[in-house]
Amino acid sequence: MGRRNIITLAIVIVLFVFSVSVIAVTDIFGRHGMTLGLDLKGGVYLEYQAEFGNESASDNAGRLEETKSIIEKRVNEWGVGEPDIYTMNPDRIVVQLPGFADIEGAKSLVGATAELIFCEQATSINTSLAASVNASDTVVMVASVSGFGQGDIFSVGSGSTIEIQTIVDINQGDSTFNVTPGFAYSHAAGENVVNQWTPAIGLIDGEEKALTGQYLLPNSYVSVNQQTGEPVVQFEWNEEGATLFSQITGRLIGEPLGIFLDNELISAPTVQAQIGASGIIEGMSLDEAQRLSIQLNTGALPITLHEIKTQKIDPILGADSLEKGLIAGIIGLALIFVFIIAYYRISGLMACLALLVYGAVMLAIFKLVPVTLTMAGIAAVVLSIGMAVDANVLIFERIKEELRSGRSLGAAIESGFSRAWPAIRDSNVTTLITCIILFWFGNAFGAAPVKGFALTLGIGILVSMLTAIIVTRAFMRPLVFTPLAKRVKLFHP
Amino acid sequence: MGKRKWFFIASGILTLLCIIFILPVGPFGLAWGIEFTSGSVLTVTFDNENVTQSELLAEMAGLGHSEAVIQKTEGNEFIIRLNKLQESVQDPATGETVSEVELIRATLEQRFGTLDIPSSYDVSPSLSTSIARNAIIAIIVASVAMILYIAWAFRKLVHSVRYGVCAVIGLVHDIIVVLGLYAVLGNAFSLEVNMMFIAGILTVIGYSINNTIIVFDRIRENYLKNPGAPLEETFNRGITETLGRNINTSFTVILVCIALLALGGETIRDFMIILLVGVIAGTYSSIAIASTLLIEWEKGALGRILGRLNPRRALARG
Repeated sequence: MGRRNIITLAIVIVLFVFSVSVIAVTDIFGRHGMTLGLDLKGGVYLEYQAEFGNESASDNAGRLEETKSIIEKRVNEWGVGEPDIYTMNPDRIVVQLPGFADIEGAKSLVGATAELIFCEQATSINTSLAASVNASDTVVMVASVSGFGQGDIFSVGSGSTIEIQTIVDINQGDSTFNVTPGFAYSHAAGENVVNQWTPAIGLIDGEEKALTGQYLLPNSYVSVNQQTGEPVVQFEWNEEGATLFSQITGRLIGEPLGIFLDNELISAPTVQAQIGASGIIEGMSLDEAQRLSIQLNTGALPITLHEIKTQKIDPILGADSLEKGLIAGIIGLALIFVFIIAYYRISGLMACLALLVYGAVMLAIFKLVPVTLTMAGIAAVVLSIGMAVDANVLIFERIKEELRSGRSLGAAIESGFSRAWPAIRDSNVTTLITCIILFWFGNAFGAAPVKGFALTLGIGILVSMLTAIIVTRAFMRPLVFTPLAKRVKLFHP
Repeated sequence: MGKRKWFFIASGILTLLCIIFILPVGPFGLAWGIEFTSGSVLTVTFDNENVTQSELLAEMAGLGHSEAVIQKTEGNEFIIRLNKLQESVQDPATGETVSEVELIRATLEQRFGTLDIPSSYDVSPSLSTSIARNAIIAIIVASVAMILYIAWAFRKLVHSVRYGVCAVIGLVHDIIVVLGLYAVLGNAFSLEVNMMFIAGILTVIGYSINNTIIVFDRIRENYLKNPGAPLEETFNRGITETLGRNINTSFTVILVCIALLALGGETIRDFMIILLVGVIAGTYSSIAIASTLLIEWEKGALGRILGRLNPRRALARG
């Protein structure tokens, strides 16, 4: 028995044992059990109510639909297989995600409006603040106002007068004052002065525009800051965004640039130099960074979503359905085995062993990738098992012909495999072509079940091609060296 | 040759019938499943904690809603998605006209005890029907790609493009037959176009092409061994030699289908029916249609038929 065949056989056995252990051990390589779809295992049910804002109500249905498709894209990019998303008139959206372990993460991915705004610090104060001065207030004055000093009395717009108690140099200390020199302002005693942020504005064709996430190109991704090892989100502006960004960063050198996500400040780096086309956002955990890059890529929701309900939900098909299907599948498989062994005898036995290896490898791959299994996916598995059996049948028919024309078992096996190969290759490749096109189609049009089917089928075909050619042959070759080889009748009907 | 003519005629009639069956205006037509149509969503909470999903499904089917999709949530709540609820129906028990929600509530209460229906909404489809349209486009693109690949793989034969074309014609025939049968059975078994259906059709596509290629491959091999032999003989030998394999493989798949149909329960039943019909049609088509078409094409019979249909052309040829 050739050295090569011994090695192949060894690899096959190792692969089989590995696959079986991947399947048998529930928690392995970061995977907990098989990933099953909504119809098989159920998942989490999220219900949201939409807040439409002040725009015209006639557009609400359209905006709801748009929100639904953005959420679909987000979930798809996140890698959750086959969500079920529908809208309930007039203002609810339901999102069902299969078996979601990280429910909070799912909610922040799906429900967040994800509006990104870049802000700069205000250089003018809200003047109504100056009008609401109380006697007990601490009046601070900008140091550069001339003619006034501590202890001076001056009048404020409302007709009252107050005494200046403190003069603060705006360039000192860590409380920053955003004032226009010359204005006096006050704040209630004990209240901290906060940074005032306003959306950073630039000019495009003479028109003032705020720098928001709408100008981002949909190609943000997560990478790692080389120096700190922290995750960052890399983003890129489109043409208008780049213009705005360079105007703003040019103006703000040495100043902080505030990055707000849904009105919450996530990062405020100091601008080092004027930048144009791209940038990074840091200051988040890896999970948050991944969610942010997906949300930037799919765009902000046109409405605000309020969470109404979150619950776990049972599978659509019901637990007993799955059980029945599994039992029927095993019986079907057993019937195939019986038939193949009865018809092709010892060759058939080898094929059955090869099919067991095939089954184990497939399930292991599904668990590791992971591939979300739904009923459609199981359909694909049925088909690929059929094709795996098919490949074996082709080979055995060939071997049968060779044996009948009088060749020895060894020669018949080799010849059978090599002559069956073109048929196997061509038929599998044509089906693979269909898979690839269906996968692309499912991806482009958001038909997740089609995508799942194509992926499962594609994996099934590739593995079945390998199993039929390599594994069955590895099992059959050693037989040439056994006494069975003389009793050729055992190998064909 | 005479025999082949009958095959063609029979297949032609069957295909035509099936096309008629599929069209919505005909006697049957295909019904869209709930993922594709807008409908209603009800939330129902029962006091009785032991109500199961399958019992509820059965009740809903009894109320004329066999399409209902029911999910149970952890709060003992059932989310029921079904076709649009009607404003007014007739209560068969009392003869009164009530809203359909009321009728459902009354029936379920009678069967399961006290319940509460906290909400009912109109709901949008979760998959858009443009998916079906785009699926057709995808299949067309896939067919073209397959023809090209087959033309390349069979390049050593003359007219290799014809092989691909005939294979795809066989495929189209299979799809139409399956759709037609689905439409006919749809009424009897309340089958509808849903995800299972789509998965089934995709499976049939994969399977049908597979089958046809196997036969063609044998034809190719025989031809290359014996380029001088008369075409018809090469083709026929190819068909007969692969007959054994074709029947065996089809048999194994049919075996699994029957097992799953008998034991697999309601939900994969639709898929299995499609697969069963598809496999039978696929085996039939690779022999009777794809190969036969190819033979006739090679022999120039098509040209003769076209000539006969267009008398002016025939006359011109003299």
